[in-house]
Amino acid sequence: MKQEFTISLFTEDHIGILNQITIILTRRQINVESITASESAVKGVQLLTIVVRTTSEMIQKVARQMEKLVDVLKVFVHTSDQIIYQEIALFKVTTKGLMSGNIIDNIVRNHHARILEVSPEYVVLEKTGHKTEITDLLSQLEPYGVLQFARSGRVAITKQVKELNVYLKEMDEANRVRSETIEITY
Amino acid sequence: MKIEKETEHAIVHVNGQEQITGAEALLQCLLEEGVDTIFGYPGGAIMPVYDKLLDFTGRLNHYLTRHEQGAAHAAQAYSMVTGKPGICFATSGPGATNLVTGIANAFLDSVPVVFITAQVTSGLIGTDAFQETDIIGVSMPVTKWNCQVKKPQDIPDTIAKAFYIAKTGRPGPVLIDITKDAQLEKLCFKYKKCDYIRSYNPLIPLHIKAIESAAIMINHAEKPLILAGHGVLLSRAEKELKAFAEKTGIPVASTLMGLSAFPSDHRLFTGMLGMHGNYGPNLLTNEADLIIAIGMRFDDRVTGNLKKYAKKATIIHIEIDEAEINKNVLVDVEINNDAKEVLKYLIPLVKENSFEKWIREFRICDKTEYEKVIKEETKPEEGDIKMGEVVKLVSDLTKGEAIIVTDVGQNQMYAARYYKFSNPNSLVTSGGMGTMGFGLPAGIGAKVGRPDKPVIAFLGDGGFQMTIQELGTILQYKVPLKIIILNNNYLGMVRQWQDMFFDKRYASTELVNPDFVMIAKAFGIPGKKVVMRKELKTALDEMMAAKGPYLLDVIVEKEGNVFPMVEPGSSVSEVRLTY
Ligand SMILES: Cc1ncc(C[n+]2csc(CCOP(=O)(O)OP(=O)(O)O)c2C)c(N)n1
Ligand SMILES: [Mg+2]
Repeated sequence: MKQEFTISLFTEDHIGILNQITIILTRRQINVESITASESAVKGVQLLTIVVRTTSEMIQKVARQMEKLVDVLKVFVHTSDQIIYQEIALFKVTTKGLMSGNIIDNIVRNHHARILEVSPEYVVLEKTGHKTEITDLLSQLEPYGVLQFARSGRVAITKQVKELNVYLKEMDEANRVRSETIEITY
Repeated sequence: MKIEKETEHAIVHVNGQEQITGAEALLQCLLEEGVDTIFGYPGGAIMPVYDKLLDFTGRLNHYLTRHEQGAAHAAQAYSMVTGKPGICFATSGPGATNLVTGIANAFLDSVPVVFITAQVTSGLIGTDAFQETDIIGVSMPVTKWNCQVKKPQDIPDTIAKAFYIAKTGRPGPVLIDITKDAQLEKLCFKYKKCDYIRSYNPLIPLHIKAIESAAIMINHAEKPLILAGHGVLLSRAEKELKAFAEKTGIPVASTLMGLSAFPSDHRLFTGMLGMHGNYGPNLLTNEADLIIAIGMRFDDRVTGNLKKYAKKATIIHIEIDEAEINKNVLVDVEINNDAKEVLKYLIPLVKENSFEKWIREFRICDKTEYEKVIKEETKPEEGDIKMGEVVKLVSDLTKGEAIIVTDVGQNQMYAARYYKFSNPNSLVTSGGMGTMGFGLPAGIGAKVGRPDKPVIAFLGDGGFQMTIQELGTILQYKVPLKIIILNNNYLGMVRQWQDMFFDKRYASTELVNPDFVMIAKAFGIPGKKVVMRKELKTALDEMMAAKGPYLLDVIVEKEGNVFPMVEPGSSVSEVRLTY
């Protein structure tokens, strides 16, 4: 059965890494629901957050193939309950429709949205939350004339306690000690 | 910094620091990595490197092939027989794209080859300049790692990294694309071999718990079977495999790429797995209660129908590439480590044992296969020459001591089935890709790598013509390769499928061939055409006695089919012995 997974991928800042990752997803016919790239808490390490829908067997295979890439440091796969995550959306709505009565106030209050800009022609709203909350707000606004809508990819923080730098240290030690003692074959 | 006398004239002193060009730095890097052999083809963008190569004559031997694909296959074969990474040069644009088949071939068979391509001057990248192709993008899905270098000072570290990545972990091809300006500009050369990359961890700590549970399973199994793959050869674990099998008494079956990791005439060897493998190991895979898979990846050509594969067996998978574990077959014990290290740790934990009754089952199958297939293939009394008898004769003649190179198709399957390998790394074949045209250039690479060994290439009449121009390379460098064309006048393997699955409708598989002996002659290669069975032995003797290269065009049965066969979609236990 297909379900939603959030892949957190920590990579070196190597040109082409995003391409290498999408090649893996493409070969397995997995669509990307959203993707964001940013710096991570560890200096020089990039964080890619990719949301996909697939089966749990497939996500295991794909994660291992991603982790195998030379420039990928570590791959974590989480279901939605294992992470704290948010997406941000911006809405541009016609002022005429929205400003009659106290519609706007109600919407902003009920949805924990924010007004970013108001002009005679349009109002720009911002909403941070989960995808469902954002689509809810979108459907609420639609009758008033949505001129533009843009939603970001997911950003996520994991609930696990072991952080990336601990993994990095462990990997580092395993390899440093062993490369001193073991003659590499070949 | 080590700079030999001969290159001193190239050193320029800038602010008291020695400087050399990027091109020279590249060649110095290769020397530092112990390289002495390069296969390649020049062109505009890579000319600075080739120019410098002249100054390295005697230290770096360059073999100019007749096509970049040939250089790539030769470099791969060189690596397979020497255990050193192969080196291959090509220019930008068409030179680089001509490599792609060769890179992909090395990738699927996990062979370390360092590909160096040249790129247009950095300022022109992205403008569709003359002979510019995005080889980084093109080769990304078929390399273990690739990287573009635009500054001369980045050359040493990138090359060091490339070698480290190519040969450690699960080996594979890497590609470094160097712009022309980076080859021409100067740098202060310093080289340090790479032995650590933060994001890449080829040395995985031994999974001791998993090995211990594997030992318990092995000690309690009743019908255990070892499946040995190319990983055994790549990790140089042949001795450990032999010790492990002999101590436990467990029979060994091999994948195509694993052949020669275990002596073919060993009492515990049961033969080859897969579509055209032996009857016993295919049939009895589904009877085994324990499978110990070592350095193999359960390719579909090995497993047949996955839904009916090894259902009675507990499976232990020893595999260095974690992404291969649970990819095709769900396993019970995963040991994600190097085969040699695992076996070293495992051997003391397993008890001495023997499985005579179980092994007898294999021998019964062998007998059946001999009666139904092998006898007629290797000792036919009348009719046309058969591929099997040619290979068998060569095997007997060389006592299994030669290095066998094959092309792809029926010739490949016959060579793999009927040659009895005595030494590790003595089969060079294209497994994962099945690349027709691999054989001739691979034969050259293998012979260059092991001049001390007889190297014999079995080629199909179809595949030979895909890279036939490499006869020129043999001519130029006097490579004493022995070539045997198993000439059936057909794209035999495809014709076999048409015969079996397409109502014998031979669409575009019959070949009208030229006179191969005359062609060889034009390239200065002596040869002979053999039609009659009674001429075969003498002709082979003559070929083996020849000092230089030699070509035998053996006219074989036109419509022979390779058996046994696990038909596509069938289970390994449904392996067919006859048509
Ligand atoms: C480059 C390439 N093209 C096509 C194929 C498909 N193919 C596999 S075997 C084969 C026939 C090979 O004919 P030949 O070289 O004469 O060998 P034979 O099977 O007759 O021994 C073909 C066309 C392939 N493996 N590689
Ligand atoms: Mg043929």
